[in-house]
Amino acid sequence: MRAYLPDYDIQSPETLDEALTLLSREPGKWRPIAGGTDLMVLLNAGRLSDLNLLDISRLTELRGISENGPSVTFGALTTYSELRQHPAVREHLPNVVESARVTGAQAIQNRGTLGGNIVNASPAADTPPSLLAYGAEIELVSVRGKRRVPYESFHKGYKKMDLAPDELLHSIHVPIPKGSGFHFYRKVGTRQAQAISKTCLAAHARIENGVVEELRIGLGSVAPVPARARSAEAVILGKAVDFLPIEDAVKAIQSDISPIDDIRSTARYRRVVTANVLRQALEELARTGRAS
Amino acid sequence: MDDHPCKHGDGCTCHSGVSRRGFLGSITTAAAGIAASGTLTAAPAPPPEKAQPDEPVKLQLSVNGRTHKVLVEPRWTLLYVLRDQLGLTGTKPGCERGECGACTVLIDGVARYSCLTLALEAKGKEVTTIEGLMKGEELGATQRAFVEEDGYQCGYCTPGQVMAAEGLLRVNPRPSMEEIRHGMSGNLCRCGAYVHIFKSVEKAAVLSASEKR
Repeated sequence: MRAYLPDYDIQSPETLDEALTLLSREPGKWRPIAGGTDLMVLLNAGRLSDLNLLDISRLTELRGISENGPSVTFGALTTYSELRQHPAVREHLPNVVESARVTGAQAIQNRGTLGGNIVNASPAADTPPSLLAYGAEIELVSVRGKRRVPYESFHKGYKKMDLAPDELLHSIHVPIPKGSGFHFYRKVGTRQAQAISKTCLAAHARIENGVVEELRIGLGSVAPVPARARSAEAVILGKAVDFLPIEDAVKAIQSDISPIDDIRSTARYRRVVTANVLRQALEELARTGRAS
Repeated sequence: MDDHPCKHGDGCTCHSGVSRRGFLGSITTAAAGIAASGTLTAAPAPPPEKAQPDEPVKLQLSVNGRTHKVLVEPRWTLLYVLRDQLGLTGTKPGCERGECGACTVLIDGVARYSCLTLALEAKGKEVTTIEGLMKGEELGATQRAFVEEDGYQCGYCTPGQVMAAEGLLRVNPRPSMEEIRHGMSGNLCRCGAYVHIFKSVEKAAVLSASEKR
């Protein structure tokens, strides 16, 4: 524990109202902490300059998974382990389950939360590509009320979010895909556990009468924010699965991404491997489409 | 760590006047959170005051079935409190960034990294450490399995490995080898004793099952 923290405080409210009141009284002062799997790393390294922590882990209002008609709703405090074990999530949203399975390892999954994965705003986070692929919406809450925004417009730039200083992430709504869809998730890291991704791709498609009627591709670690691969999607959308222009999509995805060299990988590696993973995804999509 | 001399000069209220706990109590009027154990000063509510590093908070920590009353600084990790305040040195510090698993403990029966857990977050929860797996003077089933299957070399990561195994078996009493490998993937062994560690977990499942019968 190397933290040196001349100024610090911690509050552990028991209700959401208390937490929101604190946030609204001193906007920007409090740093919410839930699982702590990101913040505690910074704390132990002595890299948190101000430490006014708002421990939201006891807020039952932000817990739980429920099926609400056409969508599944996740409280922001839902842990990766809870995601992996929930029957409805396993049935309808396999990409969410897979992305939770490859996040950290068991002890991280027992503790880390879906909400934290979003608002930590790392472009390398593992669940956001899945949420993008399923067209998730997120719900934010403050003393001023609740509001809902499409997840894909939530990240505004590196570590910048559509999140006011007095707001908390309340819940994540993920539409249940109609019919038997195509689900694909692949994370590429140094090892299978405890790795931060070099590149990550999640896709979901709906195929009707042999045509790709709906397709979303979410990407991680290849842009300043978790991003959609819109150009690649456009190439494939509306095409027959028997004649997918896979190589055109593989070229197009290069304009969707802007990877960098960093400690985990290089821009060049990320461009090549993201393209390869997309090719793998689309080949599987074609096979799935023909079989259905 | 225990000694933080006040450097705030004359008029500082670090040691007198409004207490940190009094302040917290004034905000969190529900008898809750970390303020609960504090002595509230009489009304009117005191003005807000910055908490000072040398003002610890009272915490009742339940570890291995025993309740400990400790004074903790809000920034202390559970790992630090277990080892340096309670003397339970079976739990090991390793990377202190949630990667190696040496500090794994159970919180309410679930495997967690104690280096990533603030001590205050364990309030009202049951913490189990490697010491807590003992049955009196006898080793618990999971511990015994690691001895019988030689599931270690230098032994430093072993308490974390054993606790991860225990956490895994409590969720999944009969894991497949694939589930064992995945369940144990957050615990590193620099000696590379993984093959024996996985065998130990298999053995622990058998021993635990026969113990329950």
